Amino acid sequence: MSQVSQPAVETCGLTKRFRRPGGGRRAWPWRQAGSEVVALHPLDLTLERGSTTGVIGPNGSGKSTLVRVLATLVLPDAGWARVFGHDVVTDSFRVKRHINRVSVEAAFFKELSAWENLLYASRIYGVADRSLRLRVEGVLARFGLPRDVLDRPLRHLSRGQQQKVAIARSVLTTPSLLLMDEPTTGLDPRSKREVQRMVADLREDSVTTLLCTHDMDEAESLCDRVLLMDYGRVLADGRPSQLGRLEDLFFGLSGRGMEEADVEAEQVVEGSVC
Amino acid sequence: MLMPALRGEAQAFAGFVERQKNLIKRYWLWEAVWLIYSLVSVLSIGYLAAGLQSVSASTFDLRQAQLYLLVGALLWAYLSVVFIEISFSVMWERWEGTIEYTFMAPVRRLTHLFGICAFALLYGLVRTVVVLLIAMLLFHLDLTHANVVTAVIVLAVSTFPLMGLGILTSVLPLLSPERGEQMTVAVQGVLLLASGVYYPVSVLPGPLQALASVNPLTYTLEGMRAALIGGRGVGSVWPELAPLVLMGFVLVPLGLAVFGWAERRAKRFGLLKRSG
Repeated sequence: MSQVSQPAVETCGLTKRFRRPGGGRRAWPWRQAGSEVVALHPLDLTLERGSTTGVIGPNGSGKSTLVRVLATLVLPDAGWARVFGHDVVTDSFRVKRHINRVSVEAAFFKELSAWENLLYASRIYGVADRSLRLRVEGVLARFGLPRDVLDRPLRHLSRGQQQKVAIARSVLTTPSLLLMDEPTTGLDPRSKREVQRMVADLREDSVTTLLCTHDMDEAESLCDRVLLMDYGRVLADGRPSQLGRLEDLFFGLSGRGMEEADVEAEQVVEGSVC
Repeated sequence: MLMPALRGEAQAFAGFVERQKNLIKRYWLWEAVWLIYSLVSVLSIGYLAAGLQSVSASTFDLRQAQLYLLVGALLWAYLSVVFIEISFSVMWERWEGTIEYTFMAPVRRLTHLFGICAFALLYGLVRTVVVLLIAMLLFHLDLTHANVVTAVIVLAVSTFPLMGLGILTSVLPLLSPERGEQMTVAVQGVLLLASGVYYPVSVLPGPLQALASVNPLTYTLEGMRAALIGGRGVGSVWPELAPLVLMGFVLVPLGLAVFGWAERRAKRFGLLKRSG
């Protein structure tokens, strides 16, 4: 199959289990203790190039694990995943050239200025050149960030501004696949709308986007396909218009509401820590 | 194909050096505190030598003792900066929450780690020169008999095993996000104890002498003292240089291999996302 006709993402039987910390004795200090949790049940998935796919589910549903596997940050236990035809385990270096990720916590050196962080990102992605400052200012202007934001330490920016700089950073490295792990979670309504507008703008650049979110409305408005996940399994997969009201669909398929599922997931985590 | 790839790696290498420089610039107050701490430690050792003469019943060569101790203290100041800068690099990224971002970038781990090491070596050198100049002023150190060429060669050769040790220790926060920092400090303490920074290795008990014999710092210190105090030429410090060269050949590849293993392990167990 030629490179051009390869789907953006392809997974087959992709499976991941984690050891939940706490409980049980470790036979050896370097061994992980605790009970096992299946984060991803065997997952078969294909994402077409240029599509925006939403992944919806409560905490612990496997959204972030899927993103981390595709970002080469977590190794799967079974099955395989390919990004533009490159295996995420055996060909991870090529995969890294295609991807970037925006996570719920903007991963920055908080004492460094936005410019210093963006310069660092551009250098490690090999895209820094003499026109970088101009390009950075252009991207920030496109996303409605004032120019003076650039020279302020990140810790002085609001969470919304930090998240916008994080998206600007990912755009600067021109990824073919953008993995967005709850980019609007915890933002105030105005920042949330602005970040959502940035995500919508990215569709015009034909970037393949995988958007993990808790927000049903966000998924319905921004995505042309939605995966509904729970306990590491895909409960439903289709166009938002086909799936109907996602909240009702989740309740119908899982037997509980999304908020209830989140509380349940938190209790499981707390229980494992105690 | 090769040239763009090399250019990319060179750019990333510069990126890591520049990032470390920017971080030092932003945390300048902390750096000033550490510089003062290094200075005070070295000066204390210098005054310790002077104090020993006044409390000792027998007489001894104060200048010689002071030089011996100060060379050790200065080298330790340099080596500990380099060691800490390298071995804490992963821990700091965990603390800042950027470790996943760095590991996700299309950069060879060799480039990443060598970028960190290059900055650590340069920064360690600058800080030590500042402390050395102040110590020379205060103690009227006489280095006129020193063989500077030999000292520079010993220091340069020591760089590689030191880098290897730093990379090996930087793995600890990948293995244990909660306890990695403490283990790194413990390793640093053992290196100090079994290397002859403040005393000849011969005064140590047998097991510690054995440990000192596989510690590259032992040979660095002996080589540097031979060059700076004894004024010996390169040819006569070969017994110190040879083990350093050998350890460099072993420790750097070993450090990279162990780091690769620890990175894969962290990815298998999902340890990268955890803060701490």
